[in-house]
Amino acid sequence: MKTIKAQLSIGLVCLVLGLMLTLQFRNVQYYGGILSVQRAQELASELKDAKEQRDSLQQRVKEYESRILQYEESAAEVSVIAEGMRQDLERARLLAGLTDVGGPGVVVTLVEAQPEQDFNVFYIHYDKLLKVLNELNAAGAEAVSINEQRVIATTEIRLAGSHININYQRFAPPFVFKAIGDPQTLEAALKLKGGIIEELEYYGIAVSIKKEQDVFVPRYSKVLEFKYAEPVNK
Amino acid sequence: MILPLIGLALGILLGLFFPFNVPVVYSAYLSVAILAALDSVFGGIRASLENSFESDIFITGFFGNAILAASLAYMGDRLGVPIYLAAVVVFGTRLFQNFAVIRRHLFNIRRESTK
Repeated sequence: MKTIKAQLSIGLVCLVLGLMLTLQFRNVQYYGGILSVQRAQELASELKDAKEQRDSLQQRVKEYESRILQYEESAAEVSVIAEGMRQDLERARLLAGLTDVGGPGVVVTLVEAQPEQDFNVFYIHYDKLLKVLNELNAAGAEAVSINEQRVIATTEIRLAGSHININYQRFAPPFVFKAIGDPQTLEAALKLKGGIIEELEYYGIAVSIKKEQDVFVPRYSKVLEFKYAEPVNK
Repeated sequence: MILPLIGLALGILLGLFFPFNVPVVYSAYLSVAILAALDSVFGGIRASLENSFESDIFITGFFGNAILAASLAYMGDRLGVPIYLAAVVVFGTRLFQNFAVIRRHLFNIRRESTK
């Protein structure tokens, strides 16, 4: 038909074309094509906006809180009763988890030993987190946070889709517990023979416990309001 | 006609066992490049049917078009202009035109041989 040179050149070009086609095909199979990439970019920018908005709102909350604090202090200066009330209030806030606290304690990190390529949260089940939390509380932890979310009376730790919700925020591994309490006791409670650490390691979760002299546990940062519960005077 | 098919098969095999994936970001450019390359191949087939095939022009056209299309698409992305649309439209149209011409040539060849 044609010269051998022409045939060869077409053959070479077809080789490159085949290579490109397959690579692209594999890519689309793997990532779901250009549309999903664009969608992902859109979602990422939306997420960024939402985060900025959240940050600015949190900033506002902080401003308002500092103003309340100023009012309280100025009221306390006026009278002794108000001063006493302020102290009570601070104590109540501390106990409820509405203030940042610091002190000796432990930092416990749970990492999936073999992170899968696919996103998979199921290696760390939420009940494992609850067990760790339970153990910390039982060992006398005074303040606990998981991934900077303060654990308070209403905190939920729950599987939601492929994430774990803590204080209505979504989290994925790794999980970092910060607990304030006697570091020795806390560590011993976790490391108990047949205890939670052994169980976690059995499931392929790498646990590291660090005793620290100054653990920072942030306060609960959402609005805490009861709709149904009212105080009862007897 | 056997060499191009062998080449295509080899390329597909090579692609299947390629050790790494193209990053997602470049996936869009690769797709435009593929379109340009396909257009070149169709152009080549057409030229060979018209007996005006020149391998130098064919090869430079193939790689040149692919690279130009991909880099234009890239530039468009940087500038916020969807230039890749232009590449898709132009190469798509030419693909169909080339195919139409090829069809005609093939029919002509058949008619002449049956006469």
